[in-house]
Amino acid sequence: MKVALQNLTKIFPSRDKKAGKEVVAVNDFTFDIPDGKLIGLLGPSGCGKSTTLYMISGLQKPTSGKIFFGEDDVTELSTENRGIGLVFQNYALYPHMTVKQNILFPLQNLKGADKMSKEAMLERAEWAARLVQIDDLMDRKPSEMSGGQQQRVAIARALVKMPRVLLLDEPLSNLDARLRLQTREEIRRIQRETGITTIFVTHDQEEAMSISDMIVVMKLGVVQQIGEPQEVYDNPTNLFVAKFLGTPPINVFSGKVSGGKLYIGQDAVLEIAGVSDQEVTVGVRPEGFELAEDGKLHCQLSNVEVMGRDVSIVSTNEASLNPMIRSIINADNKVDLANKVVSYNVKPHKLFLFNKETEERIPFEVK
Amino acid sequence: MVDSKHQWKAWLYLSPAIVLLLVFTVWPIINTVRMAFMDGYNGLAIIGGAEFEFGIANFQRVLGLSSFKNSLYNTMLLCVLTVPISTLLALLIAVALNSIKWLQKGLQTIFFLPYVTNSIAIGMVFAAMFNIVGNMGTDGNDIIITAGIINNILGVFGIEPINWINAGSAYWANITVMVVYIVWNALPFKILVLLGGLQSINKQYYEAAKVDSTPRWRVFTRITVPLLSPMIAYVVITGFIGGFKEYSSIVGIFGEDMGPAGAPGRLNTIVGYIYDALPKMNYGVASAAALILFGIIFVVTMINMQVSKKRVHY
Repeated sequence: MKVALQNLTKIFPSRDKKAGKEVVAVNDFTFDIPDGKLIGLLGPSGCGKSTTLYMISGLQKPTSGKIFFGEDDVTELSTENRGIGLVFQNYALYPHMTVKQNILFPLQNLKGADKMSKEAMLERAEWAARLVQIDDLMDRKPSEMSGGQQQRVAIARALVKMPRVLLLDEPLSNLDARLRLQTREEIRRIQRETGITTIFVTHDQEEAMSISDMIVVMKLGVVQQIGEPQEVYDNPTNLFVAKFLGTPPINVFSGKVSGGKLYIGQDAVLEIAGVSDQEVTVGVRPEGFELAEDGKLHCQLSNVEVMGRDVSIVSTNEASLNPMIRSIINADNKVDLANKVVSYNVKPHKLFLFNKETEERIPFEVK
Repeated sequence: MVDSKHQWKAWLYLSPAIVLLLVFTVWPIINTVRMAFMDGYNGLAIIGGAEFEFGIANFQRVLGLSSFKNSLYNTMLLCVLTVPISTLLALLIAVALNSIKWLQKGLQTIFFLPYVTNSIAIGMVFAAMFNIVGNMGTDGNDIIITAGIINNILGVFGIEPINWINAGSAYWANITVMVVYIVWNALPFKILVLLGGLQSINKQYYEAAKVDSTPRWRVFTRITVPLLSPMIAYVVITGFIGGFKEYSSIVGIFGEDMGPAGAPGRLNTIVGYIYDALPKMNYGVASAAALILFGIIFVVTMINMQVSKKRVHY
C-alpha cells in the first residue's frame, strides 16, 4: 500500500494559556511513501516523528493536511477503520491474555465479509507466530516473557490481520544492545517476507540506517532530508543532518574559503572551486582522514583507541568546534603516541562545507 | 532491624497502641469466644458469681431460635441482592465518569456525598421519601394517601401508590426499600475504588484495542473488566463483609424496632440480633451469634478468594 502525506501539519495548543505559545509538532510534511518499503522516521526527541506516526495511525488528528492510503483519503477515517497495525513502544500487550489470545484478538474483531472461522483464525495466528518465531510460546503470558519476546508478540499481533500499513513506534528502545541488533534484522526480514509498507520511528540513526529503504530526518517538526540511508549520509543537505547521522559523529571545524583554498585554522587543507571567499563550517567524517607524514591538517594527538579492525585517533585542533576530533583509520597504520602532532590529508568526498549562518550545505568542486 | 540494646525504646513507643489494641480488640475477641462456649452465660449471673459449663449449648439455642433464623435470612437476602447490583452499577458509573472527563469533577462530588453523610440521617430522608400518610384500613381496603416523593413519581407513570414501609406493608416492599437504600449508600466507595482502578489502566491498551478495531462492548468485557478485576474483587469482598454487618441502615429507615409498625423485628439482621441480645444480658447467646457471623463472613470471603484466583488478573 502506497502511503501519501500531503502538507501534514500538527499544532498542539499551548497548555499554559498565559504563555500562549502553541507547539508546531509537525510542519508541512509532504512525502509519498512507496509501496512495500521500510521507512525510518528519524530525529532527536521532540522532532515530531512519533506525532507523524500517530497521525498516520489515526490516533491523532492532523491540524491540516491529508493522508492517503493508496487512492483513499483516510484523513478523516478513525483508527478502527484504517486497517493498520501498530507496535507500541511499550508493546501494550494485553497482560491478562496469553500470547495466543493476544495474537487472536485482532482477528476476533473482524466483521462482515472479513469474518473468519475459528480454525482459520488459529491457522493465521500460528502463521504470524511462526513468522516472528514465537510459536513455542503461545500459552505464555506477557509477564512471563523477555522484552525481545514481547516485542515479537507485539509485531505478530500487528501483522496477523494483514494490515495495509505497519507502524512501529521506537520498536527497539526497550531491548538490550545485542537483542536490538538481532531484532532489527528480524524486522527487516519480516517486512521483506510480508511486503507490507512499514514505517518506524527511532531516534537511533544507526538503527534507521541499517534496515531502512529510506529514511526521513526530522528536526523540530520540519523534515530536513528524505532519501536512501547511504545517500543521506554521503550527501547531507545541512549541518544538522550531517551531525545527526554517523557514529562516531562528524567532526566539525570553523574554517574559511579564501582564494580557492579551504583553510581549517591556519592549515590549507583543500584547493576548491565554485565557492566565493567566506567563513564556513567544515564537516569531516571520521573516516575522511588519512594519516600522512606531509599531511596538511595538523592536530594535537591526545589518544589512540584500538578497536581491532580499526583504530580511532583522538586529537584536538583549535579550529574544531567539538572538544575532540575523532578519526577512524585502518589498524595497519601505526601511530606513535610519543608524537605530539598528527598530520592528516582529508578525503574530499568525506568533507562537507556549510554556510556559517544558515548551516545549509555549500557545494564545491575539487581542483 | 533495631539492635537489641534499643529494642526497649521501640516497645516503649509502640506501647500506647499495643495497650489499646489488647484492651479493646484482642481481649474482646478472646472473651467473645469464651463467652460463646459457656452454657447460658449471662451478664447478671456472672455478677452473682455463678459458674458455667463449657459447651455448645449457646450455639444450639441460637440456631434453634426462629428470630435468629429470620435475621440470618434477611442478612443473606440483602447481601445477595445488594452486592451484585451495587458492584455492577458502580462499574457502569465509574466507566461513564472515566470517559466523560468534563463531568468527572462535579459528578464525583455528588456521587461521593452519601459516603460522608451519616447513614441514620440518610435513612430518615429515605423513610420520608418512601413514606405514606393515610388511614390504613384494617378491613383489607387500604386507603393510601401519598406523601413520599417515590409514590408521587410512580403516580406520574400511572402506577398505584405502594405501601413501602408503613404499617401493613409487604415484606417484598420493605426489602425493595432496603435494597435501594443500601445500594445507593454503597455506591460512592465502590465508584471511588473502581474509578481509581480505571485511571491506573494504561491508556495504550485502549489505543491498541482501537488499532485492532475492537467494538466497544468487547473493549469493556475483554480489556476493562479483566484489567479492573483486582479492584472488582476487592469491592465484592468488602461489599459482602459490609453486607453481613448491615444494621444501621435498617435502623435508619425502620427505627430500632427493625421492622414496620406492627411487625417489629421482621427486618432484623444478625448484627441487629446481637445488639438485641445485649440489653437482655444474653451474652452467651450474643457471642455465639457473633461467632456464627464471623464464620459466615470467613467462608464467604474464602469462596470469593477462590473464585478470584481464577478470574482476577494481577
